[in-house]
Amino acid sequence: MADIAIKISGLGKRYTIGAREQEYDTLRDRIAAAAARPFRRMAPGGFAASKTIWALKGLSHEIRRGEVVGVIGGNGAGKSTLLKILSRITEPTEGEVEIHGRVGALLEVGTGFHPDLTGRENIFLNGAILGMRKAEIARKFDEIVRFAEIDEFIDTPVRHYSSGMYVRLGFAVAAQMEPEILIVDEVLAVGDVHFQRKCLGKLDDVARSGRTVLFVSHNMAAIQRLCTSAMLLERGQLVRTGDVRSTVAAYLSGEARDGYLAAVRTGKAQILSADLEDEAGRPLETPNCTDPIVCRIYFTLPHRSPVTRIGIGVLSSDGVHIFTTNTADAGQSCPSGPGEFDARVTIPPNTLLVGDFHLTVCLWNAGAILDLQEPALSFSVDAGASRLYGEGGRRKGYVHVDCPWSVTPRVELPAGVIE
Amino acid sequence: MSTAPPSALPVTHIRPGTRAVRFTLNEVWHARELLYFLVMRDIKVRYKQTVLGVAWSVLQPFLTMVVFTIFFGRLAKMPSDGVPYPLFSLAAVVPWTYFAAAAANGSSSLVGNQHLLAKVYFPRVLVPLAAVLMPAVDMVVAFGMLIVLMAWYHVTPTSAIVTLPLFAALGVLTAFAVTLWTSALSVRYRDARYVLPFLIQIWLFVTPVAYPASMVPERWRLLYALNPMATVVEGFRGALLGTPGAGSMTGVAVVVVIVWLAAGLAYFRSVEGSIVDLA
Repeated sequence: MADIAIKISGLGKRYTIGAREQEYDTLRDRIAAAAARPFRRMAPGGFAASKTIWALKGLSHEIRRGEVVGVIGGNGAGKSTLLKILSRITEPTEGEVEIHGRVGALLEVGTGFHPDLTGRENIFLNGAILGMRKAEIARKFDEIVRFAEIDEFIDTPVRHYSSGMYVRLGFAVAAQMEPEILIVDEVLAVGDVHFQRKCLGKLDDVARSGRTVLFVSHNMAAIQRLCTSAMLLERGQLVRTGDVRSTVAAYLSGEARDGYLAAVRTGKAQILSADLEDEAGRPLETPNCTDPIVCRIYFTLPHRSPVTRIGIGVLSSDGVHIFTTNTADAGQSCPSGPGEFDARVTIPPNTLLVGDFHLTVCLWNAGAILDLQEPALSFSVDAGASRLYGEGGRRKGYVHVDCPWSVTPRVELPAGVIE
Repeated sequence: MSTAPPSALPVTHIRPGTRAVRFTLNEVWHARELLYFLVMRDIKVRYKQTVLGVAWSVLQPFLTMVVFTIFFGRLAKMPSDGVPYPLFSLAAVVPWTYFAAAAANGSSSLVGNQHLLAKVYFPRVLVPLAAVLMPAVDMVVAFGMLIVLMAWYHVTPTSAIVTLPLFAALGVLTAFAVTLWTSALSVRYRDARYVLPFLIQIWLFVTPVAYPASMVPERWRLLYALNPMATVVEGFRGALLGTPGAGSMTGVAVVVVIVWLAAGLAYFRSVEGSIVDLA
């Protein structure tokens, strides 16, 4: 058992919500409730049932040393609760966890930063909060400043920092943790693309250094890039574990069935539905390769708020973007509202190969997302009578690209010479 | 970086509601640098964006002393153990101001650091501990004013001054013991924030700040000593001004504080695990 890093047995966490919590919110209520208790016991029906929910229930799993585990699942699946128990922020209600090695947890970037303190002061404070020694922080100070790219602002109170500088500094400090087990919550959701890439690179290094990592993210591409295995949680239970690819695929197809994976809502525009049709406007359930696939996006603009771009992305079943297309590509202008609109985009015949796909839809105004559904729908493509599947009936890849071929002779020998 | 061989790795068990005392004390020792940074944070932040800055730590006890001197010393002719009344009251006001500030600061510390507690683990007891230690800096500054006033009245301390650290420590421990209860209770019951200022106000009257403990009849003295702050305040006077001091009350106070601390730590540990969930 020497190579086990984390052993979780029958882990459960119950939260009390609703009636009981409110009842005891203040001392007065508690006294009143205590006084009423003898009478209540005599009353038919007994105690008022307090509402409890199990954020986690019966979770058992073993994580080996050096394993990089992606923890995936929808909102409320229990991912954060699991991380909080593993990092000892909250106690479990039942079950046990055995952890071999020191745990470093990064549940938020820049935890404990004080706006009135300078970057320098916050580096030491934050480092100490994350469990680092003062001498250790002092030794790594220059590297932290370099990674965060804040040299000239190091003695400025962080309240004057841009949000980008703030998260860079927070991540730079956390990146210096050297625990045997690293727990990372959705920290890539903040910061710009450059920063996210930098973080991913750093996490990549950690993952490759033989440390055990638990990583929660909604970014399936990041999960697939970093992790070797994955745990899929659903309503507090572990529904699937295994290699990262198949687990992510299971999650995405389940999510696509239940609703959307990610939705951004600004209220300025709303995607009401997205459907597949044939060219005659009839619903298309399972298109063939040879069919033109028309995607109809029905959206509403409640106020006068311009949409500058409408786009779709086609994702493979494991969540990788295969291609995206938008109205700007085609030089198509968009409405300003108010009103309800249909946008149609046609995926040309013989483009998508046989397989399962997800479609995401997004509305933008000058680069800002107004509404996003990811995925908006999922569908499968059949071979049909496609000539692409003429011989053998199998092909690799996701899309067909029409590439001109030619085969010309250099030397042509008369028939029968080789024999 | 190299990873240690598996046998050398510390093993942690996470189970519902089990935490050994030694474990916690050990953890607190390991986190002493964090304690230092938490105290430093509060000190640095405290006087930012204030006009008078550090003068506040002198002004507050000074004005209290002035008011006490006028009303209790001059008008009520309160006895002061043969010491000039301003000096008599200031020697008590300095530790009392510390206690009142530490109790208030410590009680709201868990609620005030809720966000931190929800995002990272460290021994939770550091939060009220840091909150109680921070006002000690004010006490040291105010103590300087006390020395100046002593020089003004030509009062030189006797050899009893060596007992001063004991009473200072007793004051800090009393504040910490109170805070262990109030900080945890105010997470659960937000009423605590209304109760505490009132409690501190009442506490001031049962503590010999404006009057000498010698006013309390001898036979009630031990009962009176159940309030450890009575010993702290009289101890300060005895150590600095050569008044009779806390005398026999000291023993009672030490026992009371130890019992409070032990009970407070036990209570704090019992709720520590659920602090985050109740927020």
